[in-house]
Amino acid sequence: MSKPIVLHIDHVSKTFGGLDALSNVHLDIREGETHAIIGPNGAGKSTLLNVCVGGLEPTKGKVLLAGTELTGRRPFEINQLGVARVFQTPEIFADLTVVENVMMAMLSHRDGAFRLRLLSRFGDRSETGLRATKALTDLGLGGHLNHLAGALSRGDKRRLELVMSVVQQPKLLLLDEPTAGMARADTNATIDILRKFKESGMTIVIIEHDMHVVFSLADRITVLAGGRVIAQGLPDEIKGNPKVVEAYLGEEQV
Amino acid sequence: MKHASKLADFALLIGFAVMVALGPVIFEPIGAGYPDLLQKFAIYGIFAIGFNILFGLTGYLSFGHAAFLGVGSYAAVWSFKLVSMDLVPAILLAVLFAGILALAIGYVSLRRSGIYFSILTLAFAQMCYNMAYSVLTPITNGETGLRVLRDDPRVVDAVFGYVSPAPSLFGLQMTGWAGYYVCGAVLVAAFGLSIAVFRSPFGMTLRAIKSNQKRMGFTGYNTRPFLLTAFIISGMYAGLAGALLAAVDPLAGAERMQWTASGEVVLMTILGGAGTLLGPVVGTGMIKYFENIFSSYNDVQLAAIFSFLPDDLRDNVVSVLGMFVGEGWALTLGLLFMLVVIFLPGGIMEGVMRLLRLKHTPKVKSLGDSPQRDAIGESVIEDMPPDDHTSRTRESAKAMRETAS
Repeated sequence: MSKPIVLHIDHVSKTFGGLDALSNVHLDIREGETHAIIGPNGAGKSTLLNVCVGGLEPTKGKVLLAGTELTGRRPFEINQLGVARVFQTPEIFADLTVVENVMMAMLSHRDGAFRLRLLSRFGDRSETGLRATKALTDLGLGGHLNHLAGALSRGDKRRLELVMSVVQQPKLLLLDEPTAGMARADTNATIDILRKFKESGMTIVIIEHDMHVVFSLADRITVLAGGRVIAQGLPDEIKGNPKVVEAYLGEEQV
Repeated sequence: MKHASKLADFALLIGFAVMVALGPVIFEPIGAGYPDLLQKFAIYGIFAIGFNILFGLTGYLSFGHAAFLGVGSYAAVWSFKLVSMDLVPAILLAVLFAGILALAIGYVSLRRSGIYFSILTLAFAQMCYNMAYSVLTPITNGETGLRVLRDDPRVVDAVFGYVSPAPSLFGLQMTGWAGYYVCGAVLVAAFGLSIAVFRSPFGMTLRAIKSNQKRMGFTGYNTRPFLLTAFIISGMYAGLAGALLAAVDPLAGAERMQWTASGEVVLMTILGGAGTLLGPVVGTGMIKYFENIFSSYNDVQLAAIFSFLPDDLRDNVVSVLGMFVGEGWALTLGLLFMLVVIFLPGGIMEGVMRLLRLKHTPKVKSLGDSPQRDAIGESVIEDMPPDDHTSRTRESAKAMRETAS
């Protein structure tokens, strides 16, 4: 527990009208840990994610990334600070080729806050292109480099989004249900990829329904229900926690 | 879009330059081989190439680009009046003023996207148009139009004792074929610059903005300055076109800023193929051809063409076709535009690409072709791309070959 805190969610509450979507959520995520946030539908998982990085202002509390306040910042600023996000439905540049997608992600920390490169040109062989190609090949997309990203299968689109996130070498990787709607074989492939990321020392927050994924990857788990943290701890502690079983009763078997 | 090699781009530029140089020969057989019309082809080609940098790459549809064309024209005429009859200062001033106006309009308009952006640009352009007729008459000379006069001061010309009756480039009069070749050279330069922009990281960023703004934000890009730069560049292209327009016809009127002129460049770009390099020029050629050649036909000429038919039939044919030529040229153009948009949404260039069988739908190989996938795990065979003609054709061809053997 001596590692520095990467993401500090400080007593955050969020109210929509009269509904308490989040009440007093407090959470610390430390460097190198893989932290899963689970909970039944409507528990506030997505709201928590949007409060952290989606530009949603919390009603109370604040969110800090390595000491820098994230609340109220625009998505591009949050990414520039070192947060990469993977969406539940893949968000990629469908009209660009696969390798261009990754190049965009690679160039963003140099050019993203606006640096003009009007006349310099590059092809697949330039340095960025080479690194993008290598990153794609490492994760099994080497056969699709010059295809339009929009033509990839759903599983490959997700994989591409993962590559785009990881080449940015983020301080924090946020995954929103990375295996939703996937076949078992593809889920396992994704788990393998994420395990690689984890072994490289990346800090990961994963929101997931699939308990197989959660228990394969998570170092620590936070359980949300009704906008509150009802349990937090190591996977073994969560498994046996009666409150968690109760929250999930009729939803899923833990 | 795939990365064309440097060599291919260079070949494209050379080919384009050759086409421009041979313009008079190429357009002679279709009755368009005279300098006044070819000058218009070249000038509006520049306008459309610039418009395409904004609309083709970012997808932001400006409905007010004629404002920049008009400002460029006025700036050029003022340069002819006050500075020199030479084209160079006129172009520099026109591009500068168009750029400043684009900065102002773009800064406000780009706060919105989609239809709201289009409406904002339209509103600004109409505002410029109305101001040119009202409060700005001291600058624009209102309805009469701004013209170059013999006794204008022209300070630089006065210093050098240079006298030229009409706008010129280093003594070369901007009329007739000389005027066409000057405009053509500028067109080739403008085209070359647009290739460079398309292939640059900046161009890729613009295409990414068109593709997915949400992903842009979460990938760390602040899209606004990129969009504003594209807007200013395309405004400057319009200013350049405006300056050339003033040079070949030194009478600037506000009608160049009217919304119909803004609409025309949208039509040119979409007709030719938005987002393609050559499309805007092709579209410009089509529209200017219809506007100038089709509109010049009349019933007498039609009757002459169909003189081989029996009289009654000929009269009927002429009265039907007569609706599509002369005053009715816009009807023909409208039908053509409808056909292109319905059957070739990518414009004429898409048709050309299909003909050349080079249509760049992604070639998705069958999944077994990528050995890397096996390192990760089994692949899902789902969501095969719906419009993958190429691979389907190739697969069915393969199947047929197998059946035959």
